[in-house]
Amino acid sequence: MRKYIVKRILISILILFFVAFIIYALMRCLPTSYIESMARQKSMQPGSKSFDEWMVQLKEMYNMDGGIIPGYFAWLGQVFRGDFGDSWFYTVPVLEKFSDTVWISFIMSAISLFFEVIIAIPLGIIAAKKQYSKTDYTISVIALAGISLPTFFFASLMKLVFSIKLGWFDLMGLVGRNYEQLSAWGKFLDKAHHLVLPIVTLTVISIGGLMRYTRTNMLEVLNADYIRTARAKGLSERKVVYHHAFRNTLIPLVTIIGGSLPGLFSGAMITETLYSIPGIGYTSYQAMVGGDIPFSMFYLTFLAVLTLLGNLISDILYAVVDPRVRIS
Amino acid sequence: MARKKPEGYLSAKDSRRISRYNRKVTNALEKQHKRKHVPESEYLTQMKDPNNTVEFDNLHSYFFTDVGTVKAVDGVTFEVPTGKTVGVVGESGCGKSVTSLSLMQLLQRPQGQIVEGEIRVNMGDKAYDIAKMPLEKMQEIRGNYISMIFQEPMTALNPVFRIGDQVDEVIKLHDKENLSKHEIRERTLKMLDMVGIANTEGVYRMYPHELSGGMRQRVMIAMALACSPRIIIADEPTTALDVTIQAQVLDLLRNLKDKINSSIMFITHDLGVIAEMADYVVVMYAGRIVEKGTVEEIFAHPCHPYTIGLMASKPVVGKQVDKLYAIPGKVPNPVNMPNYCYFKDRCEMCVEGCSGDYPHEVSVSPTHKVSCYRYYDGKVGESNG
Repeated sequence: MRKYIVKRILISILILFFVAFIIYALMRCLPTSYIESMARQKSMQPGSKSFDEWMVQLKEMYNMDGGIIPGYFAWLGQVFRGDFGDSWFYTVPVLEKFSDTVWISFIMSAISLFFEVIIAIPLGIIAAKKQYSKTDYTISVIALAGISLPTFFFASLMKLVFSIKLGWFDLMGLVGRNYEQLSAWGKFLDKAHHLVLPIVTLTVISIGGLMRYTRTNMLEVLNADYIRTARAKGLSERKVVYHHAFRNTLIPLVTIIGGSLPGLFSGAMITETLYSIPGIGYTSYQAMVGGDIPFSMFYLTFLAVLTLLGNLISDILYAVVDPRVRIS
Repeated sequence: MARKKPEGYLSAKDSRRISRYNRKVTNALEKQHKRKHVPESEYLTQMKDPNNTVEFDNLHSYFFTDVGTVKAVDGVTFEVPTGKTVGVVGESGCGKSVTSLSLMQLLQRPQGQIVEGEIRVNMGDKAYDIAKMPLEKMQEIRGNYISMIFQEPMTALNPVFRIGDQVDEVIKLHDKENLSKHEIRERTLKMLDMVGIANTEGVYRMYPHELSGGMRQRVMIAMALACSPRIIIADEPTTALDVTIQAQVLDLLRNLKDKINSSIMFITHDLGVIAEMADYVVVMYAGRIVEKGTVEEIFAHPCHPYTIGLMASKPVVGKQVDKLYAIPGKVPNPVNMPNYCYFKDRCEMCVEGCSGDYPHEVSVSPTHKVSCYRYYDGKVGESNG
C-alpha cells in the first residue's frame, strides 16, 4: 500500500508540472493583459511616454519580457523558493490575499457539503427503497428542481422571500451594520447569521445530484443477488438495507465525496457575488478578469494540487470500503 | 388479459390500463402483506399429511409486469415428504425458481405476488401457510427453518463482508441458546469444516472474491445449513460449477441431508443430477406441473409427451447419435397463455381431446400423476384447478 501511495504521489507531481504549465500558457495567452491595460492607462496621462515604451518598461518590470517557457520556469523557480509573488490586481502578496479570503469560502462549502451528505444520502436511500412510490416521486421531483434551478435565480428567490418579505436576514454582506460594537460571541453569531442564506442556497443546489446518484446506486445494489441472500437468511429489512446494501452503495459514494475536496476551497463564485461575501470564488474571478497572473497561477495550481490529492484520497478510501480493490 | 395484437405490440391505452390494473392489484396485496401484528390464527393451517414437510396446494404466483400479467406459477400442487429429496425439473422460465422463491416469500415484490393457493409448512406441532404469512414472522423462518442455496455462487455472497461474518450473522440471528461470540465463531468454523473446506481459519477471514466458485458454493451451503433447517431449497446449486466440483457438491448435500434429516427441494434442469439426487420428481412446463412421480416412475415410464421429449433429448452413454433430439417449437408467450393444453402446439402425440380445456391430473399409479389427454381413457383424476 505504501509503495502504491508513493508511486501515485510521484506521478501526481509529474502531472502537476504539466498542469501548471498549461495553466501558465493559458494565462499568458488571455486577451486581457494586466500589463497592456496598465501601459494604456499610463500613456494616456499628459506628457507621458508612448504606449509601446511603457509596454517595454512594464514587461521588464513584471518579468514578462521572455516567452512562455522561460516565464514558466522563472515562476516555477520562485515557487520552489516558497515565493508566489505579489498579486498585481490586489497589490498585496498572493498568499496574504488568499488566506484572507479562502477561509470564509471553505467554511461555507464545508458546512454545505456536510448538510448535502446528511440530507442527500438518506433521501436517496429512502427513494430507492420505495421505488416508484409517491415518496420516491416527491423526492425525485424536489431533487430535480434543485439540480435545474440556476444559482442566481434561486439565490434571488431566497433573498426576496427571507430578506425582503420576511425580513429575517440581511440582504447581503458578511457582517451587520453594528458588527464593530458586538462582543466576540456576538460577532461570531452575526457572521453565522449572515451565512445562513448562502449555505442554504449552496446546499439545496447540490443535494439533487448526490441524491440521484445514491438512489441509482442503491437500486442497483438492492437488486443484487447477495441482497436476496441476506433476505433469505432471515435478516430484517432494516438490516438488509442499512447494513448489507449500504456498505456496497458506499463504494461509489466515497469516490464522489473524495472528489469534492477541491470544491471545498474553490469557492462559489455566483453565490458569493450575489450575497456579497468576500470569498475566494469572487476574489479569484476578479483577479482572472484583471489578468492577474501571479494570483491566478497560485489559485489554479492550488486547485490542481487539491484535485490530485482528492483523487488519491478517493482511491485510498475506495480500497478501504471495497475489499476487492485492496492493493497488497 | 387476452389481446389480439401482434406479439410485442402494446398501444398507449393498453399500457395505461395494464399499469393501472397492476397498481390496483399489487397495492392491495402489498397492504395486506405489510400489516403488523397479524394474529397467528390467520396463517395457521393443517397439513394434509403429517409426513410431509411442505405441501404446495394450487399455488399461483404471478408477476404484474408492464406488458401484462405473467402467470409464472399457475396452479402448482405437490408435496415434499419429510427426509426426502424432491427434484423439480423443467426448462428455463417454466416457474421452478419462482415456486421455490414463493416458499421463501422472496419474489421480487411488488411485481411478483402469490395471488392464490397455499404453501403449507410443517412446523412440527403446527403448520403455517406461507402464502398468508406476514413478513415479520417470515423472517423468523427464513434461514432458520427453510433455507436456500442460490444458483450463482459468484454473486450470492456480499462482496464487502468477510466469509466468517456472513456465516456468523445467520447463526447469531436465529440463535436461541444465547451463544457467545466465541461459540458462534466455533460453530461457523465447524460448519465450514463440514462442507469440506480445509483451511477453515483462513477462509473465515477471507473475502468472497478470494475464493473460487466451488469454495463459494460451499460457503453458501454452510450458510444455508448453519441453523439445521428442516427444508433446504437448492436452486440449481451446481449450474455454475464444473463437473468434478458438481459431483463433490452433490455428495456433500446428500450426506448433510442424512446428517440433519431434512428435506431437499432440488431445482435443476439437469436430468442426470435429478436421477442421482431425487426420490420424487416434479416436471414443470410453462408454470404448471405436467407430470410427477417417484424417480423410477419418471425415468422408467415417462408418460407426458414433454417428459418423454426431455428424456429423449439427453445423451445416453454408449449410444451413438449424430444429433440429439430436440423438442420442436417454443414455450407459449407467458403473458398470453392458450386455454388448451400448453404443450399441444409442440406435441407429437396429440389425440382428439387435445383441443379441449387444459387437461386435469390423471393418476397412472398412486404416486404417479400426469396431466395429459392420452391417459384419460375412463380414469378420472382429481381436477387441477
